[in-house]
Amino acid sequence: MSTKLVLTSEEQAMLDGSDGPAVAMCMRIIVGVARANGAQKLIEIESVHADGTLYHGEAGLDFTEKLVALGGKVKVKTTTNVGSLDLLHPNLVHGDETLMSHGRRLMDAHIALGCEPTWSCAPYQAGHRPAFGSHVAWAESNAIAFVNSVLGARSDRYGDFLDLSAAVTGRVPFGGLHHDEARKAVLVLDFSEIDSRVFSEDAAWAALGVLLGNRAGTRVAAMVGLPGDLADGGVTEDRLKGMGATSASAGGVGLFHVVGITPEAPTLEAIVAPNAEYLKMTAADVREARDSLSTTSSDKLDAVSLGTPHFSVDEFRALAEVIGDGPKFAEQIDFYISTSRDVMSRSKDLGYLDIFLNAGGRVVTDTCTYVTPVLNRNVRNVMTNSGKWAWYAPGNLGIDTVLGSLSECVASARAGKVVRDESLWA
Amino acid sequence: MGIKMAKVLSGKVSHPGNAEGEVLLLTEPVSFWGGVDHHGEIIDVHHAQHKAKMTNKILVMPSGRGSSSATAVLAELIRTGDGPLAIVMLQCDTILVIGALVSAEIYGISLPIVELQQAEYDQLSDGMRVTVDAITDHDIATITI
Repeated sequence: MSTKLVLTSEEQAMLDGSDGPAVAMCMRIIVGVARANGAQKLIEIESVHADGTLYHGEAGLDFTEKLVALGGKVKVKTTTNVGSLDLLHPNLVHGDETLMSHGRRLMDAHIALGCEPTWSCAPYQAGHRPAFGSHVAWAESNAIAFVNSVLGARSDRYGDFLDLSAAVTGRVPFGGLHHDEARKAVLVLDFSEIDSRVFSEDAAWAALGVLLGNRAGTRVAAMVGLPGDLADGGVTEDRLKGMGATSASAGGVGLFHVVGITPEAPTLEAIVAPNAEYLKMTAADVREARDSLSTTSSDKLDAVSLGTPHFSVDEFRALAEVIGDGPKFAEQIDFYISTSRDVMSRSKDLGYLDIFLNAGGRVVTDTCTYVTPVLNRNVRNVMTNSGKWAWYAPGNLGIDTVLGSLSECVASARAGKVVRDESLWA
Repeated sequence: MGIKMAKVLSGKVSHPGNAEGEVLLLTEPVSFWGGVDHHGEIIDVHHAQHKAKMTNKILVMPSGRGSSSATAVLAELIRTGDGPLAIVMLQCDTILVIGALVSAEIYGISLPIVELQQAEYDQLSDGMRVTVDAITDHDIATITI
């Protein structure tokens, strides 16, 4: 096997310390991974989305602060994922002292390295959309699925530590989803026999995410027979965002193709691998997947949480239309939306944000309601239209979830109890 | 009688280091994020070796599983001394290699990770005492059983 890693003279010099100790340390990590994976070379990347911003323990903080102490600076545009705190609304998060102080230090250390204060799991809707075919190093599973699938840029599945090492060196091992061959679909999921009215519900796309994650695992899948158009003003984009996020939670999906919709898949032939596995999906499969995202059939409701991944401007517009000049949310219901600062400020300028706030809603920025203590301690039953939130919240927060569409979430918040329209699913 | 012949298995160094200890053999992969607690105990209730403790063991499992935040969990286990002494896998998991690389950089503790072929892997059994020698980066590792 001739899988020996070859470095350029510039890369070798970086490894030897020409650009200082922080670059050398990050280069040792990149090279160590490249060797373990059998990569033959490194490639340059155009941007990084750094995911080590959420506090998981001292190791992450030690690593990031060590890079700062060694004089490290990011070499390429680096956006930041959510942190453990809402820096704009500091009273919303009620974590213990260690979480608050270490979480803050971790966010500060990223800024000291030159990262941008994006604090969002959806940087692709907060001002940074890598070009089709460009190589990037993104961490955070939903962002990886989106940048590969919906934008057609190329990122392997990166995580904590490797993201900052890539940012400081501007390099990653050439492997995984950076390669043409690894982007072919080895699994085809066919939805063409299901009545397409089902897919007009946003909750159906969360269910599709569960199906995709369960069936594909970490494999690349192509989905055929789904409606949509990425030029329809954000509806399809936000559906694919939600589906991809759920699939990356239920499985390990880093790239999916939706034939006729996503940019690498104008036709099935364009992206299918030889001997791909083929599965025909039924309405019962979609319904079962949807039901798996609700952990209670009670109509009791304490809170509603939207925006996992972070809410977009288009979603704020759709929400403002649903709210209209109708009644406020019931007094006892906490209605949260998690989003980025960027989207919050643009939605405010467009007037959508105030419609939601005036109805009694609350906005969380810089973090998310399922990764850090935001919800009131008495909250037991929470409704969401997000498959990812429904997937993780019962385990992370010890609460029950009900999956519903955007309009069902608003109707339920007004009624003070779960309201669902089952007619589409009959 | 009484003389036990040592046997040497050869594999690939995924991360360098040395270790000597008892094998904890997992029949399926475990996710470090969400599947292992701060004390090195397997808390994934669906896992066949639920409640097994990997602290100071030679962890043997087919591959890695789950979230990329496993890097941080492994690094934290190495930092506190609650982690395994070495990891041996059939299929190397990059996420765990990153955890080992970072721990070597920031704490100076080098956790060996070795990739074995099936025939060699099959000779390891739970509770067996082994010596892992993976000192040469990107070269042949040996496991003496």
